[in-house]
Amino acid sequence: MSAHMIDIVNLVKRYQTGTVSFEALKGVDVQIDRGELVSIVGPSGSGKSTMMNIIGCLDIPTSGKYTLDDQDVTKLTPNQLADIRNRKIGFVFQAFNLLPYATAFENVEVPLLFARVGGRKRKQRILDLLDRVGLADKVNNKPTEMSGGEMQRVAIARALANEPEVILADEPTGNLDSSSGGGIVELFHELWREGKTIVVITHDSALAAQTERIIHIRDGLIEKVTHGNQQGRRAAHVA
Amino acid sequence: MQLSTLYNIFVRDFRKQSLRIGLTIVALAWGTLSIMLLLGFGEGMHQQMSENQAGIGTGISVIWGGNTSMPYKGLGRGRKIWFHAGDGEYLKQLIPELEAVGEEYHRWGVRVRWADKVMTQHINGVEPVYEDIRNIVPRVGGRMVNEIDIELKRRVAFIGWETARDIFGDVDPVGETIYLQDLPFTVIGVLVEKNQWNSYSGQDQSTIFIPTTTFVAVFGDPYLDNMVFKPRDLDQMDMVKERVTEALAARYKFHPDDESALSIWDIAESMREFNAMLIGIKIFLGIIGGLTLLIASVGVANIMYVSIKERTREIGIKMAVGARKSYILIQFLIEALLITATGGFIGMMLAYVATETFQRVDIQADWVEWLGKPTISADIGIIVVAILGVMGLIAGFFPALRAASVSPVESLRYE
Repeated sequence: MSAHMIDIVNLVKRYQTGTVSFEALKGVDVQIDRGELVSIVGPSGSGKSTMMNIIGCLDIPTSGKYTLDDQDVTKLTPNQLADIRNRKIGFVFQAFNLLPYATAFENVEVPLLFARVGGRKRKQRILDLLDRVGLADKVNNKPTEMSGGEMQRVAIARALANEPEVILADEPTGNLDSSSGGGIVELFHELWREGKTIVVITHDSALAAQTERIIHIRDGLIEKVTHGNQQGRRAAHVA
Repeated sequence: MQLSTLYNIFVRDFRKQSLRIGLTIVALAWGTLSIMLLLGFGEGMHQQMSENQAGIGTGISVIWGGNTSMPYKGLGRGRKIWFHAGDGEYLKQLIPELEAVGEEYHRWGVRVRWADKVMTQHINGVEPVYEDIRNIVPRVGGRMVNEIDIELKRRVAFIGWETARDIFGDVDPVGETIYLQDLPFTVIGVLVEKNQWNSYSGQDQSTIFIPTTTFVAVFGDPYLDNMVFKPRDLDQMDMVKERVTEALAARYKFHPDDESALSIWDIAESMREFNAMLIGIKIFLGIIGGLTLLIASVGVANIMYVSIKERTREIGIKMAVGARKSYILIQFLIEALLITATGGFIGMMLAYVATETFQRVDIQADWVEWLGKPTISADIGIIVVAILGVMGLIAGFFPALRAASVSPVESLRYE
């Protein structure tokens, strides 16, 4: 088992629209270790969203190699990619992306259903997860009946549903006021201390500073890598 | 996805697009109602007409003597062929494929009297076998002409229900004495009411049937008017007709190929043709109904396209948390089927109520005797459910395919 949870080598992503082609990523190398808390930062148009889509197996690279948990994901079929997203990756989005008509319980249930977790076990797992993120009393609330911070907690519970290797958070505090945002960051820190690998994509340097390592992207290339203020177990890895 | 969640999605979509989905469901219900009623109408008509057809008997042919048109064995053309008593027995002996042959005599304008009522009637001399082959069934409490009547030339009469009503009114005719040409006859039975579409010498309902032997004794006819025969196997009708022709040609010395020497009315063949026409009408009615339903299913496809557009983000979220394409496809297919099933169910219930009402209302109109009343059979139910299922699948499939082919990245960005 490699020490790298995420190993990206010379990754290129080119978008082709008619005759116009645009290179969003121009040959990127990124290694993220197991249990690391990393942020990827960059201004808009830098390629960080493309990076997040590829790391999250939502999109496939044009060329280059991406190994996730010792598995080369560039060679997988769409169904295998769906299963990877289901079991190995937990997404947390800026806009929460909860199903608006479903309760907190039902939202957390979705990935468990795709993973075919059985009835009683599934129910217990959902209740545990909602308890873990501090929403034991909001189980039957719909997103419209919750605050932004609570919605993001539901999203995190959903991300954790199938005990993924990696949590991938895209501007997780972008839509939150600072106190709710601080609560979410605190939750990420707890998860990190429990051993989860967490990748935060953001343009917010204050958020990035609260990670172990900050990967700066600009114009489709890695500009630099710096320390964050979190002194984790793997601070020594900073390049 | 849990059933309750699916239900929630449906309810939410319904609230958001209640008018559009409502109208589509109305269109589906209307289409289903139309196809059910049209097919039901066809079925009712078919049943009624089959019943009318069967009134004269099923699987039989009627045969008359004609005039020869070809010289044969020294005999000239234009010779009249007369059948004689015993020809039926002769044919039965010769042709084992025959199940039954009946001989008959007719006389019209016979004076009939009971008490102080006098009228003129059609008298038909028949054999007991007519009860089976010509569907001449007695009402409870009476009987048809039997072998002993024939043997003893009994003066007994079996009367059609219309004649019975005209002569006897409310009095039970069985056991009464009526006078035919001033000769007393005992009424032994009355025909049950039946619809009879085909006839060759008059409607059975207004005929008085007496034994052949009695008929000859009373009226002195030397010749039969016609015979009726029925093959054991309906598929052998053509062969039996040929054999009958040959046998009679040999007996009455005419050329077996002489087409005008005999005339045969193959009622079974007429029925087959008629049935084919009825099936054609049913298919036609079905197609009209199907087209109505097709328009409704276009509405379903439209709803699905709109719904998928509005739920692009939802599709993206599901894909992000691990939904395979097939899951998205099935989800939207199920929704299309749910809408189709709702509309279809309402339409079927309405059609059921409509036909049941029709069946229960006693309509005193001539057309009922011809067209019958719409009837919904299990077949129709199965056909309509199958059509609805196929249409729902098709109407759901293409929108669902589009939903499933949405790229997760694109759909998550969709606002």
